[in-house]
Amino acid sequence: MSKRNPEYDFKWCPGCGDFGVVRSIELALADRVMRLKEPIEKTAIIAGIGCSGNLVHLQEGPQPYGFHGIHGRALAIAWGTKAARPDLNVLIVCGDGDFLSIGAEHIGPQAKRNVNITAVVMDNGIYGLTKGQASPTTNLGVVTATTPYGKLEDALRPLDLYMALGVSFVASGLSTRPRDLATLITQAMEHPGFSIVHVQSPCTTYNDTYEALKGNPEKGIEALAHPVPDDHNPADAEAARQLIAMPGMPVGLIYKKADSIAMNERLEEARERIKVRTRSVDDMLTALEV
Amino acid sequence: MGADLVVRFAGEGGQGQVTAAEGLAQAATRVGYHVQTFATYPSQIEGGPVWAQTRVSTKEILTQGDQLDVLVALNRQAYETHIGDLRDGGILIYNSRDFDTAPLGKVIGLDAEALARETGNPRAANVIMIGAVAQLALMPQQYFVDWIKERFTRGRPSDQEIIDGNVKALQVGIDAATASGYSVDPLDTPPTPEGKRILVQGNAFLSMGAIHAGLDVFYGYPISPATTILVFMEGNLNGPGKFVGQASSEIEAIAAIVGGGYSGRKSMTSTAGPGLSLMGEGIGLAWMAEIPCVIVDVQRGGPATGLPTKTEQSDLLMALNPGHGDMRIPVIAPGSVAECFPAAIHAMNWAERYQGPVILLTEMSIAERNEDVPRPDLDMPIEARVVSDGSMGNRRYAGAGITPFPVPGNPGAYVANGSEHDEQGDTTHQPLVHVEQTERRFSKLKLLEDGAYESDNSAASVVMMPWGGSKGPGRAAYNRLRADGIDIGWNYTMFISPLPAALLEELRTKDLVIVPELNYLGQFSSVLRSLGVKAQSITQYTGLPFKEGYLVEQVLEAIKARSGKLVGA
Ligand SMILES: Cc1ncc(C[n+]2csc(CCOP(=O)(O)OP(=O)(O)O)c2C)c(N)n1
Ligand code: SF4
Ligand SMILES: [Mg+2]
Repeated sequence: MSKRNPEYDFKWCPGCGDFGVVRSIELALADRVMRLKEPIEKTAIIAGIGCSGNLVHLQEGPQPYGFHGIHGRALAIAWGTKAARPDLNVLIVCGDGDFLSIGAEHIGPQAKRNVNITAVVMDNGIYGLTKGQASPTTNLGVVTATTPYGKLEDALRPLDLYMALGVSFVASGLSTRPRDLATLITQAMEHPGFSIVHVQSPCTTYNDTYEALKGNPEKGIEALAHPVPDDHNPADAEAARQLIAMPGMPVGLIYKKADSIAMNERLEEARERIKVRTRSVDDMLTALEV
Repeated sequence: MGADLVVRFAGEGGQGQVTAAEGLAQAATRVGYHVQTFATYPSQIEGGPVWAQTRVSTKEILTQGDQLDVLVALNRQAYETHIGDLRDGGILIYNSRDFDTAPLGKVIGLDAEALARETGNPRAANVIMIGAVAQLALMPQQYFVDWIKERFTRGRPSDQEIIDGNVKALQVGIDAATASGYSVDPLDTPPTPEGKRILVQGNAFLSMGAIHAGLDVFYGYPISPATTILVFMEGNLNGPGKFVGQASSEIEAIAAIVGGGYSGRKSMTSTAGPGLSLMGEGIGLAWMAEIPCVIVDVQRGGPATGLPTKTEQSDLLMALNPGHGDMRIPVIAPGSVAECFPAAIHAMNWAERYQGPVILLTEMSIAERNEDVPRPDLDMPIEARVVSDGSMGNRRYAGAGITPFPVPGNPGAYVANGSEHDEQGDTTHQPLVHVEQTERRFSKLKLLEDGAYESDNSAASVVMMPWGGSKGPGRAAYNRLRADGIDIGWNYTMFISPLPAALLEELRTKDLVIVPELNYLGQFSSVLRSLGVKAQSITQYTGLPFKEGYLVEQVLEAIKARSGKLVGA
């Protein structure tokens, strides 16, 4: 249910991390509208399928355009939108299953194209919407609906993956810190190229990781999440790789390629350089006349 | 004097058969003849059996030709495979270096490779063969010289040398044919053409139609026989606001065109069967979210990888229902190279008009053949999307029929949704909403029922109605049957689904509708039967187009089997 549409029949569970993510997107977009004097309708948010994807129906306040598509394809749809309309601000919101399992094949090509899209990945280490099956980021040994003996596969390390694929902007955030997350999303949207903000967004129903992320000194649980150190240089890819190789989950801006050039800029530059001539259909036909 | 010349060049891949057939076609169009080429080859880069055929005629050409006037056999296997198609009195030109045949009938043995080497251009064996054919048909040499000049002028210093070598090779072929003393029935003088004509390949013509219809963005993944569309777009769809992208898969390509259509732009992809299979879910998304886009499926043979370089019409059922759930995707299937241009425009127009995906269903035999066609009419209406001015707020999916399309960037933000949704695009599973929205989606198809169709001898109770590329052979067979006094009618349309309403009405009154189609199941006739038409297929699944003679036989048999006697005659 949302204020905008009280009859909307999807609800997130109480305490779901996705509440924090939608809040941070609202904050980042409100800030963008104010600072850039850009109407909110210039933003399109393309969602995958999962609890996470329902975000596009649950935003409060002024509404951007939305697209609730099919499982795993938000990034591919967004490529189509952004390449056709470079003037739009294009975001995608995806779950960990959506983005890293069924949709993983799209990350590499998009990284290499460096299309100017921002992906906000809501990682809860579980398939929420389908009721608790293991996802690529579920940890080894965790019992889920589909891993009765405990998960036998190693957990995927998304930040490693993004760095290896050459994603030009990689940030890591927490749903519990919506203001910080909003700042990361703003930076990501302003980065010229493909940006991923990977968010720990716990699932209270099937994989509650709040305590693990935050730690609990009383139980002797050390916090998994730790801020990116102040002296980290996000333009340094090697430093970024070292940072994410350390135990735990760094939170903040991990990597931002300094000389990133987005695909549409490359295209414009090439057209200019090669002086591409546009032939009308009339001309094409004339060339074929017998 | 004759009206027709059919020449086949057969041999091993890499021997220049396709170039030879195209060269002959190009020169013949310059003389003023109608031409049609056809080529078939295995899915490999070097070697394997390849043959290419050119038909030259003083009249409009409907088929590639059943029988050969001249067979050029470049190796023994080609000779053995194709000699049965040479008509009585036809001429065989063969490569005497590779094999020898008993001298039966009119036979010219040429060691084309040795002769080519003598001209200084060992690669010109195929040009020698063209020279021989040109001489046999008494076609003016100058047109072939012109073709050689055009083909080999590439802006390199060696151009002149290569051209000279090829012109010499042409002469060698001419001399050899002259020495043989044979000739085919020389062709009649071609009629003066009415209006301008072009020589074009199906896929290129289709691409031009789409560009003319205002295509903005194209995303595609290479696959035979659709790759030439992607390549054409990469080279020709440019300028401000235009974008062409090579996708990483067909799944990405379909998603991207849906994203492009959603953004307010006209978008298209092209693929063949295997890619269409992968696109199913994405096409369903476009149907559900009501996003205009066009998917070209250039049919090839068989399921899975099947016959990648052969022709078939076996994707029809899939095109109508390419994904799960209740949907019926509009399908337009051009029946000739000439129809590729208008078909692409119609497909783009339909997508905008009903705000959803349209499949443009073509096939290998049309996609890759060259044909001379009239220069198309550029005044065909181009339809633009009805766009929202924001006054209806976010109620994109309100009511029945289409609603003005909100274009991102403008007021009217809504959520386009592939899940069942209410009028503003929010997900809902309420039974009544699903009923309402399902009916809304299907109701829009009504907007597409006004397509044109052909009808001849409409008083007849038995009609032939081929679809797609079987139109040409079907029409040739129909003409023959009519000339023989058979009382049979003719119907044809490129608008496969929804059928033009008036045509469907007409078909329902018939006792029998005979559908020649290149698939095992008889796909189109099964669709027609589901619509209350008494339809029956003539099928063929060889990977090759129909021959006229076969269709004549089969139609007569179908009529006889039904009524126990021939109609008319
Ligand atoms: C092609 C396809 N396969 C499977 C599904 C079923 N499905 C819906 S959501 C989902 C996984 C959701 O997990 P995730 O992406 O992590 O999102 P979350 O619900 O956790 O936010 C699956 C498997 C589907 N909708 N489409
Ligand atoms: S199941 Fe988990 S992810 Fe889904 S809404 Fe509930 S808490 Fe959130
Ligand atoms: Mg998840």
